Amino acid sequence: MEPINWHTFFFLLFSLVACAFAVAVLISTNIVRMAFYLTLSLGATSGLFFLAGADFVGAMQLLIYVGGTLVLLIFGVMLTAQGPFISMKTAGGEWVLATIVGGALLALLLQTAFSVNDWHGPAAATPSHFGAREASSDPLTQPFTPATETASVRTASVTRGAKPAGEPSPWSEEAPRTATRLGMGLLGARVDLLEQHDDTLRHGMSGYLLPFEIVSVHLLVVLVGAAYLARAKRRARN
Amino acid sequence: MAEFLALYLPSWLAYLVAGLVHCALLLLIPFAGAMFFVWVERKVSARIQDRLGPTRVGGRFGWLQLLADGLKLINKEDVMPKDADALLFRMAPYVSFCASFTALLALPFSQGWVPQHMNVGVFFILAVLGLEVFGVILGGYSSASKWSLFGAMREAAQVVSYEVPLGLCVVVPVMIAGSMDLVTIASMQAGLFTNWFIFHDPFTFITFWVYFTCAVASVNRAPFDLAEAESELVAGFHTEYSGFRWLAFYMAEYGSMFAVSGLAAILFFGGWNGPLPVAELLRLTHDTGPVAGYLGNLLGLFNFVFKCVAGVTVMIWVRWTLPRLRIDQVLKTCLKYCTPLAAGAFLGAAVWTLYLPGGVGLRSRPYVEVLERAPQNARQPSTSAAPDRIAAKPQPILRAGGINPPE
Repeated sequence: MEPINWHTFFFLLFSLVACAFAVAVLISTNIVRMAFYLTLSLGATSGLFFLAGADFVGAMQLLIYVGGTLVLLIFGVMLTAQGPFISMKTAGGEWVLATIVGGALLALLLQTAFSVNDWHGPAAATPSHFGAREASSDPLTQPFTPATETASVRTASVTRGAKPAGEPSPWSEEAPRTATRLGMGLLGARVDLLEQHDDTLRHGMSGYLLPFEIVSVHLLVVLVGAAYLARAKRRARN
Repeated sequence: MAEFLALYLPSWLAYLVAGLVHCALLLLIPFAGAMFFVWVERKVSARIQDRLGPTRVGGRFGWLQLLADGLKLINKEDVMPKDADALLFRMAPYVSFCASFTALLALPFSQGWVPQHMNVGVFFILAVLGLEVFGVILGGYSSASKWSLFGAMREAAQVVSYEVPLGLCVVVPVMIAGSMDLVTIASMQAGLFTNWFIFHDPFTFITFWVYFTCAVASVNRAPFDLAEAESELVAGFHTEYSGFRWLAFYMAEYGSMFAVSGLAAILFFGGWNGPLPVAELLRLTHDTGPVAGYLGNLLGLFNFVFKCVAGVTVMIWVRWTLPRLRIDQVLKTCLKYCTPLAAGAFLGAAVWTLYLPGGVGLRSRPYVEVLERAPQNARQPSTSAAPDRIAAKPQPILRAGGINPPE
């Protein structure tokens, strides 16, 4: 019996959960349950991010989407779920229209996805029990080894399991530094493209500092506006 | 472990068994931890209130009281209010429990002993701890009872508000260490206890106390426990829960307390490093051999668990000492006291790290060693193609990150 590829298994599991609960959001008529199903669907999406090795984005999805946006959604839904909104039935005509729009978008996405010839992951090694680490020359893809562990990595010889001699002990495995490139990119230094030789493409290497600043100022304005809107209005007393 | 089992079992089964064993070990923490902490809580609260606590079951100290309580809870009748939303009522405790349990996934218990070694461990734990509020909201709403709904609303507001100063406090040790990786942060505090980040500079010291306050608030323990205020709201959002579902909420609460204590231990108190580097003095490191390395790690595990238990005990102690805060006082504490303090401490720690990177006091300096050995650890980038923009970056940013600036 051929071995199960657990990566594929979990990918299928998470995708199934995400799609099934997304469909459940459509089919369900109770609005609070819809919000709950959306939570589960987005949680499964973050699981897909983790499977792809994008730890930071997965955690970000959990923090912002599930922990922020959906909490707000559930609050709003719960507090306003009165009368006609508790049970929402979609009319037949709306189903047809939605199917057309959704189906068109799905067709477009599928066509785009299958038109890419070679999907490949980033050059980084995934944190793996599944395989050997590729020897990439990019230092950021190598695991960060603090000095206290250098000696242990070299001299530990593991006798448990089928690991070949010379592999570091299972407890000194490091995680690839996915957050470093993101952070540096946001600061304006695209350190993941240091070996970019093409001059045209090199012009696009300026990073994302300006968008980062714009979004930060935008968020500050939003906060100030929200605080202003939520202030307690003093009524004039005669 | 999976490769080891693969020698004896078909490989798909080997991975499944290895995964299940790891899950079972992690599940032990909420289960056994909740049992132990309930006992501690009952004894500590009893002593503070000048009585004895459980003394009958299991001898003088009432050890087996927990077992009796657990059996009772499992045997209870499964009731649900008539108007309750059945699906959400059933799912709510497990959502809370899963959020609390997932936070333990990224917590390192010793050098390298972490279930999932993530580069963004701190961020992941913060994200997941904020998901516990879902169980509370769903439980409160689906119970079809006004006490539950009030409790749930208050608790959700409190948890969500306290995520902000909590995040600010957590950023300070991350900034000092230069990494979000919990294993790295704790490794940097190896050596004497003066290496611990809480003694790094006065601002980090302040940050720890603000963190502790925010952590207590975000797991809804007294004095911030108005969501479950026994004397006001019956029992808040878990009024209508009994039996095993209540147990799931309870385990989620103690699991979260353990997780935030663990996070405090790693960020501020050196994680698995004891006050003295006993493991190195006794030569119990990986250099000596795998068994010695295992024993050294085990010692670290005991250190870490001791710190977590101490943190939880302090939380229990505080619960029975201080009176409960009102919701407006809770939010005032968050917005007017904790957030500005955390922001000020962050600014101070940033300036301190910039001009006095080694911190104060005598330290055997693994921190500086890490920086000095960084050229040997991280292989050099090919600097020939690096644009001048990167070379012109100010020093501290790259130095804190452990990346060697191209010379």
